[in-house]
Amino acid sequence: MAYQDDIALMAHLMRRAGFGAGRDELEARVAKGYEATVEELLHPETQPPVDAYTLLRYQPASLLPGGQPPMGNLNWMYYLVNTKRPLEEKTALFWHHLFATGNSKVDNYDQLLEQINIFREKGLGNYRDLLLEMARNPTMIFWLDNQQNHGTAVNENWGRELLELFSLGAGNYTETDVRECSRAFTGWTFETKIPRAPYGRFPWKFEYRPEDHDDGVKEFLGHRGKLNGEDIIDIVVQQPACARFICRHLYNFFVADEPQVPAWPIEPPRDQQAIDTLVGAFRDAKFDMRPVLRVLFNSDFFKNARYQHMKSPAEVVVGTLRLVGSQELPRPGYGELAMHTSYMGQDLLNPPSVEGWHTGKEWINSGSLMARVNFCAERLGDPSLPGVRAIINRLKAKGTLTPDQLVDGCLDFLGPVEVGADTKQELAAQAKEWGQISWDSDANAQLADTRASQMLQLIVATREYQFA
Amino acid sequence: MPETQATQKDPVIVVLQLTGGNDYLNTVIPYNNPLYRDNRKAVGIPDNQIMHLDKDYGIPHYMAPLKQFWDDKKLAILHGVGWKESPRSHFRAMDIWHTCEPIKVGTEGWLGRVAREFDPNKENVVTTVSMGPSLPRSLVVQGVPVACVAGPLERYGFLPTIQGEQRKQVLGRFAQMYKPAVGAGLVMDYMSETGLDSLKGEDILKVAPQKYSSTVQYPNSPIARKLKGIAQVHFADLGTRIFYCDHSTFDTHAGQNPGHGNLWTAVTEGIDAFMKDLREHDHADNVIMLMFSEFGRRVRDNGSGTDHGAGGVAFVLGEKVKGGHYGEMPSLKPEHLVQGDLNPNMDFRSVYSTILDKWLKLNPAPIVNGTFEQPAFLN
Repeated sequence: MAYQDDIALMAHLMRRAGFGAGRDELEARVAKGYEATVEELLHPETQPPVDAYTLLRYQPASLLPGGQPPMGNLNWMYYLVNTKRPLEEKTALFWHHLFATGNSKVDNYDQLLEQINIFREKGLGNYRDLLLEMARNPTMIFWLDNQQNHGTAVNENWGRELLELFSLGAGNYTETDVRECSRAFTGWTFETKIPRAPYGRFPWKFEYRPEDHDDGVKEFLGHRGKLNGEDIIDIVVQQPACARFICRHLYNFFVADEPQVPAWPIEPPRDQQAIDTLVGAFRDAKFDMRPVLRVLFNSDFFKNARYQHMKSPAEVVVGTLRLVGSQELPRPGYGELAMHTSYMGQDLLNPPSVEGWHTGKEWINSGSLMARVNFCAERLGDPSLPGVRAIINRLKAKGTLTPDQLVDGCLDFLGPVEVGADTKQELAAQAKEWGQISWDSDANAQLADTRASQMLQLIVATREYQFA
Repeated sequence: MPETQATQKDPVIVVLQLTGGNDYLNTVIPYNNPLYRDNRKAVGIPDNQIMHLDKDYGIPHYMAPLKQFWDDKKLAILHGVGWKESPRSHFRAMDIWHTCEPIKVGTEGWLGRVAREFDPNKENVVTTVSMGPSLPRSLVVQGVPVACVAGPLERYGFLPTIQGEQRKQVLGRFAQMYKPAVGAGLVMDYMSETGLDSLKGEDILKVAPQKYSSTVQYPNSPIARKLKGIAQVHFADLGTRIFYCDHSTFDTHAGQNPGHGNLWTAVTEGIDAFMKDLREHDHADNVIMLMFSEFGRRVRDNGSGTDHGAGGVAFVLGEKVKGGHYGEMPSLKPEHLVQGDLNPNMDFRSVYSTILDKWLKLNPAPIVNGTFEQPAFLN
């Protein structure tokens, strides 16, 4: 049983730090060891990058899609499905939950994809540097109107969100701080202000205009001086609230669902001790993300949080596609495939607002639940897909299966998935209707394939399967 | 014969969303205006391909089926719709139409609010039926169910890949697995409720295609298939009050001719079949259809198509609609354009307000977030 526990734990790590893994991969990773796998995930540079030339060859329009859906979605979906650096993509999704910029306003997937690339390259690096990078990021500047933040006429949009959404959280600064912070970022703008045309755009580039910068004295969170934007960021990251805020985000994304962000000033964390541990690691590491995530993935609170997190649509779609296989090449129709997260309420590169997506239970409504279940069921119900075939082959290797063995085998190879006693009873009752199955003759094998794939479909339809 | 008089039935609204930004000027053509010709050197509709509605306006030949609705005075043309400061972004503009929040980001869809008014206790999970895979934000309000029919109506429901004799049994298991249990927790309870609502929706909706028979032949296009599904549900008298469908993409930056024509041929032929079907089943009197797009397109063409614009056109049609022009086409004169675009002169929430007040009999203000003038296209 110890080995089975190792598999279950590795499956948990891969679901959270990546997008799940098939049984062959899990076995290989267990052989390598849990901590060694964490290290590999934390060092994506040790694994080959995604082959962008394949994307160029199959879907040239997705490289610089302008404002046109679904080409932006397609581009990111291709990376998500194909990456051998799962934590790199997962971290990019994490940062885009936090630094949410959307095509609804930016209207320029080229810039949004460039921003995602920053998250890939620097998302596991230093938070302070990333925050500064975001302050200089044209996509973010346009999204929060900082190009209209002038020395003579302050626009507080970026200044406010920097404090409220990107670093401290509401309640940890005053309105004066917002004002002073915004003043410090006057003159932080970019060259090309607006999309010139829906096609054939110019890339946007950061520009600092000293003549548009308010060089006066500012008072910000107890500091006084001719503060510029970078000074503000250095002050912000030193605030105790900053570490708490970022670590709670990490907890909510990687460990277990928290209430929505606006409730954080009122609702205490689900696990204060866990937050304290992460905060300590974050401060010790001087805001480097990698050591914090190392602590997180190796902690007991993480290991014990199995199925405490509602899968995001990206986790549902990417996890399923990586499991069943055969979607590695971005063939015609890939754009439609990439839109499935949108049908479940997560339009990649286009979060609904500056707050990002609401997570947890709020992913679920009558339309999205059916979309989630059916997306998974349609793929796991197709025994011709290599990943489904692999599961069936493992079932087949067990010989003739009793109804209980069919249920246990499917739950195991699909996750292992943990379901409640009532759910399991229903799955078993259904399997009993079918009786024993076996692959001992051609006719039986065909029926056994069908039964196995139907059981897999029933499992992905459960409430429990919606969690990771 | 229907069991009750059609006129006594609850009013129903069908929304057909023209996704991508429909080109107003090539939809309702000011054919006498020399500025139209000046600006539309590449994509202008030639005179011999315009069907005149009156002395000022015409529609392109590829919208021919709409002409009959106009002649029968059942088509209202709403000119210059949009709002001030209209963004040229598809997403933002569509969001504003959906949530009636032009300034901040809205969280509730206007039709979701309507559904909540109609059915506050969620007694009917098919009060709203949306045809198509995506759930438009106009329908989204937390806790308000929407039956989102991704594919053909016949295959609506959970686990469409399991059909035949197994299906009933498997869905029975699904219902058992989603049964709320004491102590399961708030999230699991919420999922139970959501799952069972959707399951119930399938049971209700699947009778619709079974009961349906008609002599009307729908064309073979995605929008016609959606409209046929709507007709089937409507005829089955399931209490559905809000239907939603869309056709895309009207984003005709390039190759506007023949692209725009293909789009409108599909839409108008689909509508024609749909309205015929409604009349054949004596189910036309309590239905109106609203057609809108997130914005109109730039006045001057770009040599092959048209770029994102502002003021657009909306249509409302149905047996009870008072046909005619409402509002005025905004001026095409260069000095009146805003960044090269028609300046919207009718707030889109005006259109909604008339529909809410006169047709759905609801107070418009809390739904559209304010009070707006009501063009009188309904009695």
